[in-house]
Amino acid sequence: MQSRNIKIFDFGRPLLRMFALWLLLSAGSAVASLTIEIVGAGANQIPVAIVPFRAEAGLAQRITPVVAADLARSGLFKTVDPGGMNPVPHEPEQLNYAQLRARGADAVVIGSVTKAPDGRYDIRFRVMDAVKQTQIAGFVYFATEGQLRLTAHKIADVIYEKLTGDTGVFATRIAYVVKRGPRYELHVADADGYGAQSVLGSNEPIISPSWSPDGSRLAYVSFEQKKPIVYVQSLTTGGRLAVAAFRGSNSAPAWSPDGRRLAVTLTRDGGSQLFMINADGSGAPVRLTQSAGIDTEANFAPDGQSILFTSDRGGGPQIYRIAASGGTAQRVTFEGSYNVSPRHSPDGKSFTFIQRNNGRFNVAVQDFATRQVQVLTDGGIDESPSFAPNSKVILYATEVGGRGILAAVSSDGRIKQRFTADVGDAREPAWSPVVNK
Amino acid sequence: MKRLLLAVTALAILAACSSTPTMEQDGAAVEDRSGTAAAQAPAVTAPVTKGPTTTPLAPTGVSGNPLKDPSNILSKRSVFFELDSNVVKDEFKPLVSAHARYLQQNRNMKMTLQGNADERGSREYNLALGQRRADAVKQVMLLLGAQIDQIETVSFGEEKPRATGHDEASLAENRRADIVYPND
Repeated sequence: MQSRNIKIFDFGRPLLRMFALWLLLSAGSAVASLTIEIVGAGANQIPVAIVPFRAEAGLAQRITPVVAADLARSGLFKTVDPGGMNPVPHEPEQLNYAQLRARGADAVVIGSVTKAPDGRYDIRFRVMDAVKQTQIAGFVYFATEGQLRLTAHKIADVIYEKLTGDTGVFATRIAYVVKRGPRYELHVADADGYGAQSVLGSNEPIISPSWSPDGSRLAYVSFEQKKPIVYVQSLTTGGRLAVAAFRGSNSAPAWSPDGRRLAVTLTRDGGSQLFMINADGSGAPVRLTQSAGIDTEANFAPDGQSILFTSDRGGGPQIYRIAASGGTAQRVTFEGSYNVSPRHSPDGKSFTFIQRNNGRFNVAVQDFATRQVQVLTDGGIDESPSFAPNSKVILYATEVGGRGILAAVSSDGRIKQRFTADVGDAREPAWSPVVNK
Repeated sequence: MKRLLLAVTALAILAACSSTPTMEQDGAAVEDRSGTAAAQAPAVTAPVTKGPTTTPLAPTGVSGNPLKDPSNILSKRSVFFELDSNVVKDEFKPLVSAHARYLQQNRNMKMTLQGNADERGSREYNLALGQRRADAVKQVMLLLGAQIDQIETVSFGEEKPRATGHDEASLAENRRADIVYPND
């Protein structure tokens, strides 16, 4: 029964921890969802036929529509209609490649769902090369009913990875702040905007959410004590800790890649300066920068060796780099008089930031090696950019019709998406890391 | 540790209350001649003293707290700034010096200076700009006699705009530092 060329993924074991987290988040009452609208498209879209899996029609959550939506949303795929095939193919030997090629498909996804004796679902699928008529990938997942949607995202990740060569990020999540009237809520949703959950509600502002590298905690700034204080909150337990509540303002938390420390902006010594603290709140802060200007918005390089930050030590705000151990800072942005909010790409090759040109604030990317800057958006009021974990997409906040919304742009600027919350203003987005990949 | 700190704080407050019955604990000023103080006076078992006796003036009918008296400059609490500036403008110097004098005359009084910024640009950078404005007001107050431990400067950045419009007047309204006392 088990085919040799299918890899088995049992959600019960290696991914148990992540699922505990996932289920916990899914357990609460669902709140407002985000709807995604694609504004642009990639230059070369891979045509792929996704055949509905055998026996998925009876599931509470069908698999292939989610897979197709994920792939379409990336802008890199064109879904080819697989309808009207007889028989509907679920196994490789049932595939009519001539028919698929005639419809323009370069690849085809087939699969089936079977209920296992333990009540879980056995979901197996294959990605077939329609040109070479060979198998590109084959996997089996065992999932409970509550894990069906995540399974679909995992399948989309496999297809994306096999056909583009880049890591898929459909099975990740995003955090963002929603403001509804006087109420602020910190939300966590799937990367497709589905299943949003509120993890914190407050009558005072919440800003700067930041994922821990293992995706289990969020650091953020809350004004609930009538001043900015940095908290770290566990997504598994909901427990939280004020990790920076010093005299003055405490803000801009940034995780070290090992998840043990945070760079934060403190004003306790006068002025806004960067400090390192332990993520568990222990010990005393160690001052990282010594300037007469503002130093804030720290962000660690993926290797943990250096930090980018915003500083106006030279006049207007520009982006600087400093060793994580301190020392002399080097200025890295030179175009324009206002460059802020730096965030490294996870591959370490570039960083995204906000650049002001003629009073308009847009998302830009600068390559570390060439120092070349590319402005990716034209919204004019864009802020808080953050990379997807595959470095291919940048999530940011903007405004449309006076309402705050989230938007995403591919790192080459070609593909744009808008996430529209059904109520309230969405802002301050942050993309989760890939967990237990 | 936190509990211990609380206990220490509570002790400190108790100590302050018991040892200095004539000092203002609650935002009332030295000029306070209101009925509250007079009403409390009989409860104090004063030692018998020879020499001159003092009698408080009868209440004037005016609320005794200068911080809340609309005719007193101390009731003015906002300092406004130009775009990208943290310079305390001359028109706000009387206000700032009145509060500095008040702190100087009321050494137990604490104040929070809350800096604000307009909505343009990075939220975190704006938080730092608001902080810089609060710090600028603090510096003036320190020069005029306030003590550093009397003032905490914090920032709300662009997060708590007083004016919600997007026109220049609204933005100017939000480039501001607010003076806040504990009982406000």
